[in-house]
Amino acid sequence: MAVKVISPGLSTTVQDLGRPGYYHLGIPISGGMDRFALRVANMLVGNDEGAAVLEAVFMGPELEFTAPATVAVTGGDLPPKVNGEDRDSWSAFQVKAGDRLSFGFLKGGARAYIAVSGGIDVPVKLGSRSTYTLGALGGHEGRALKAGDELAVGGGGGPGKGAVPANLRRMPGNPAELRMLPGLYWHRITSAAGKQFFADTWKVAPEADRIGYRFKGGTALDFVPREQPFGAGSNPSNIVDACYPYGSIQVPGGTEPIVLHRDAVSGGGYMMLGCVIAADMDLIGQLQPHAPARFVEVTMDQSLAARADRQAALQRVRDHLGL
Amino acid sequence: MSIRFSFGGDEHIFAEVSESMSLEAFFTSLSMTNAVKAAGIRGVTEICPANASFQIKFDPDRIRPADLLKELQSMEGAASKSDATLKTRIIEIPVFYQDPWTHETLMRFRERHQDPSSTDIEYAASVNGYGSVEDFIAAHSGSPWFVSMVGFVAGLPFLYQMVERKRQIEVPKYLRPRTDTPKLTVGYGGCFSCIYSVRGAGGYQMFGITPMPIYDPNQKISYLTEEMCLFRPGDIVKWKPIGRDAYDAAVEAVEENRFEPVIRDCSFSLADFNRDIDGTNAKLMEVLHGR
Repeated sequence: MAVKVISPGLSTTVQDLGRPGYYHLGIPISGGMDRFALRVANMLVGNDEGAAVLEAVFMGPELEFTAPATVAVTGGDLPPKVNGEDRDSWSAFQVKAGDRLSFGFLKGGARAYIAVSGGIDVPVKLGSRSTYTLGALGGHEGRALKAGDELAVGGGGGPGKGAVPANLRRMPGNPAELRMLPGLYWHRITSAAGKQFFADTWKVAPEADRIGYRFKGGTALDFVPREQPFGAGSNPSNIVDACYPYGSIQVPGGTEPIVLHRDAVSGGGYMMLGCVIAADMDLIGQLQPHAPARFVEVTMDQSLAARADRQAALQRVRDHLGL
Repeated sequence: MSIRFSFGGDEHIFAEVSESMSLEAFFTSLSMTNAVKAAGIRGVTEICPANASFQIKFDPDRIRPADLLKELQSMEGAASKSDATLKTRIIEIPVFYQDPWTHETLMRFRERHQDPSSTDIEYAASVNGYGSVEDFIAAHSGSPWFVSMVGFVAGLPFLYQMVERKRQIEVPKYLRPRTDTPKLTVGYGGCFSCIYSVRGAGGYQMFGITPMPIYDPNQKISYLTEEMCLFRPGDIVKWKPIGRDAYDAAVEAVEENRFEPVIRDCSFSLADFNRDIDGTNAKLMEVLHGR
């Protein structure tokens, strides 16, 4: 059983839940940017939640199946079609040998997750099938898919598990509200700059990908004056190169914040204001360029409560599907 | 040196040993991360040492953030008193300074540079008070360098010059980062040299290129079959200036998978180094050259 790539879309990669354990070498965790959608796609086709799927951004691929399979598409609103006929997202459907899966135009969100029963069976590299394109590691030949690629699919997978209604899904609001725990080098900016950072409505910049999302349209930061420490560099936003947490918000030159995501650069020389909490990282994966967003200050207790909420939301989907 | 801890969201603790770079700060960071590793604290998933700081990733479903913070703080005293010695390796890296590929790239991004009328290495030589690029290359390649961090992208080493502070080279980063850097570029930003392991964006000044791969995701290159990434924090590097012919010969050897890097085991003591920098470096060179 295989999936043939007829056309690849804009940038379609193989992703699972990621590759933890190598960040100290500069190899990021990778994996789906919207892991909630990735898990649900797998649940719908009867896979383990962490099986490898395809992540398509902004534009869907066209795929041909060599054998019957169960398929589900979740995440952003990228309408699936089988041989040109509409199918529902967030819902399992069947394909036969020779069927073609294609997609209409993106109507909402940014990334769709395409799960196939049995999972995409590319070689496991450092414990994961996820693609890290910058390091040419994992996935299909370490890169985004191209026309003519053929992907093996693992055996098994069931008849499909029904559908997930809209009230059990999660998409960013308008503006998106990204909860953030201030910290790291937050003390480097003035308190007025800190207040303004949360007051501003930002817009996703065109430079938004799996490494990180840049935001623009807010107020430039005022730094607390200091003599720059040895080795840091001359700009007030410079620090001695340090580790960058996932979700950390760096502000090169104090102008445009960048939130690092699943293919993060693991370190560098820019100060960070804190991190978007883990519970809201999925939302960033569904933001298109120009989408408005605000950063909302939370405490550690609120971060942990949000985390518990996300786990409960996932459990509600499992319960609904009878898993 | 008192460590400043801060939570990075609900899954990271960030620890700044010192705001400024020094080998003392690096060794404290290294001994802290080694202690955390040895302690086997439940819920800790990643331990990342950096130049003068480190980062712990954890699973807050398995350990409460406040409890992990307390554990880390309790280790601080022992780490700062630990003996700063290492069993490590010294690795020779051939460098083709002022090569045509980084030259072509730096010319494409001139409008992002502090001094568009000169090249990166001319600018670096001038702001560090060297009369010529040749003198600057002699300084850059004349002393060993300490790998004080691995990261940014897969396997990229940050290298700290092993000379007294007044002799250390410092160069600002590009005004705005480039969107392209050739693979295996030898770069410089702040007080750090680096080797770009893969092609991509970068803000460091570009001085030259090495023919010697330092990252191989396919694990085919003879000295990268066990580990994809050559460098580990604590490695010591010596640059070896080479010309076009030696560069081409090395590239051919790499392509035929018969390139053999010069890598020797050595030891390093921070106390010995601080007592006698030139003497320590001279001994390292003897180890490297097998004398």
